[in-house]
Amino acid sequence: MAVTPADREAIAPGEHGDAAPQRSLWQRNENFLLGVVSVAAFLLFWEFSVNLNWVNPLFTSSPSRIAATGFEMFRDGSIYPDLLVSAQEFVLGFGLAVLVGVPLGILMGWYSRLNAVLDPFVNALYAMPRIALMPLIIIWFGIDIWAKIAIIFLSSVFPILVNTMTGVRTMERDFVKVARSFGASDGQLFKTVALPSSVPNLLTGVRLGLGHALIGIVVGEMNGASAGVGYMMTVAGATFQTDKVMVGIVIIAGAGMALTQVLRMIEARFDAWRPDHHV
Amino acid sequence: MDATRQPKLEAKNVRLSYYNERMKRRLEVLDGIDLAVSEGELVAIVGPSGCGKSTFLNAVDGLAKPNGGEIRLDGKPISAPGPDRAVVFQQDSLFPWYTVARNVMYGLDLQRRAAKSEVRARASALIELVGLSGFAEHYPHELSGGMRQRVNIARALAPDPELLLLDEPFAALDAQTREFMQAELLKILARARKTALFITHQIDEAIFLADRVVVFSARPARVKEIVAVDLPKNRNLEVKLQPRFRELYNQVWRLIQDESARAGMALTGEA
Repeated sequence: MAVTPADREAIAPGEHGDAAPQRSLWQRNENFLLGVVSVAAFLLFWEFSVNLNWVNPLFTSSPSRIAATGFEMFRDGSIYPDLLVSAQEFVLGFGLAVLVGVPLGILMGWYSRLNAVLDPFVNALYAMPRIALMPLIIIWFGIDIWAKIAIIFLSSVFPILVNTMTGVRTMERDFVKVARSFGASDGQLFKTVALPSSVPNLLTGVRLGLGHALIGIVVGEMNGASAGVGYMMTVAGATFQTDKVMVGIVIIAGAGMALTQVLRMIEARFDAWRPDHHV
Repeated sequence: MDATRQPKLEAKNVRLSYYNERMKRRLEVLDGIDLAVSEGELVAIVGPSGCGKSTFLNAVDGLAKPNGGEIRLDGKPISAPGPDRAVVFQQDSLFPWYTVARNVMYGLDLQRRAAKSEVRARASALIELVGLSGFAEHYPHELSGGMRQRVNIARALAPDPELLLLDEPFAALDAQTREFMQAELLKILARARKTALFITHQIDEAIFLADRVVVFSARPARVKEIVAVDLPKNRNLEVKLQPRFRELYNQVWRLIQDESARAGMALTGEA
C-alpha cells in the first residue's frame, strides 16, 4: 500500500505520543491547574470578604468556618447517622433504578409492541417533575426510608430507561444488514449489534440518572424525613446554622462529583472503540 | 466458459419489484436477469447509477427476495443468507465495538461450528493473508480506510464461502489506495481460490479485476451485454496502460452511456 501519513498514524498510533516533545509541568496540566487556581482565588476572596466584614457570616459562612464545622461533625460523629441514612437511600433507590431501567429500556427498545404499550406512561412520567409525586409518596410510604427510596428511584429510573431504549433502537441499519448476511438470528443480532451499540447511550442514561438521584435524596429528605443529610440541612437552615447547611452542600456536591467521575471512568473503559473517547 | 460443466452460480430470469411508498407505485428493479458464473471466475457487474446492481447482489446473498425466476448456487436454490456466501460490504460496515480479530471471527462465531481455538487460528491466518499481522487487537477506527477494507475482506473469507460477493468495496477509498487495493484483492483471491461476484461503478476497476464484465441496462435491469476481458490472467496495475485495456474500457463506457442516455440520466464523468 502506498503509505500515506494517515496510514502511518494508523499503523503506529502512540509513536508520536511516546516521542512527545518536552513540555513544562504547567503546559502539560494547563486546564487542571487553571481550575485549581480559580477555585483557590474564589475561596480566598470569600474568606477575606468575611474577615474584612464586607458580608455577614450568618448568611454566607466562610470556607474556614465550613471546614471547622465539618471537621467537628465528623470528629464527634454527629454526621454519621445522617450520612448512613442518605447513603442507604441512594444505594437502594439508584441501584433499583439501574436494575429496572436498563433491562426495561432494552426490552422496550427491542420489542416495539411493548414500547407501544408502555410509552404513554414512560413519556408522561419522564416529562413531569417527579418531585410533584412527593405528597403521594408520603401518603403511601410515610416519612421513613422507603419514601426516599421511592422518590430517588422515580427520579433516576426514567433517564436510564429512555436513554437505554434509544440506544437499542438506533442501531444502524448497515450493521443489521451485515449481521443478517452472516446469518445472525434475532438473538444473535441483539447480542452482537443492538446491545453493544446501545452501551454509550446506556451509560449516558446512568450518568444522567445519577444527577436526578441526588436531587431525589435532597428533595425527599427536605419533605418529611427524620434523618439524612438533606434533613440535617433543613434543620440547620431553620435554625440559622449556615455553616452546617454549607457542610451538607459540600458533602452532596462532592458525592455527586465523585460518582460522576467513577461513571466517566467506566464509560471510558466500555467505549474503547469510540474514536472520540480516546485520551 | 465451459458449457458442459454446471456453473457455480446460476441466475435465471430473476425478477424483482417492490412497492415504493414515496412514489406510490410498484417499482420494477430487476427485469429478468440471466447470468452464470463458473467456478473460480471473477465477474464484475457495472451499469448506470441506480440500475439495480446492488439489489441483484442482495438477492444472490439472500437478503432480497426476487418475485420471479431463481438463483442457484451449486445447483441449490437460494432463499436466505447462508454460510456458502459472504459479502464484502462498503467501508464502514466493520463493527466498531469489536477488534479486528473479533470482526474477522464474526461469521464463524455466529455459526458456532468450530472450536474457539480453531476460530482464532483461522482468524489470524486470514489477518495475515490480507497483510494485517499485528493489528488483530486494534479497533477499526484505529485503521486507515484501506486497512479496514482488508479486514472486511478477511471477515467475508472467514466462513470459507463458496461465493464471495463484493458490494463496491473500494468506493469510499481515495484513488491511490483504491488502485493498490484492486491489485491486493487479485492476489488475495488468487491465494484464497474463490469465485467472486463484484459490483462497482468504476469501469477500470471492473476490467482490471474481472474475467468477464456484465453490463446492466438502466432500471429495470436486464443484462445488456457481457464483455469478456481477454487480458492475461495474472494482472498487475501496468495492464491499465495497455491499448487493449483502453479498448475494453471504451467499449464498456459506450454501453453504459447508451443506457444512461436511454434512461435520460445526466452523465457523470465516470459512468
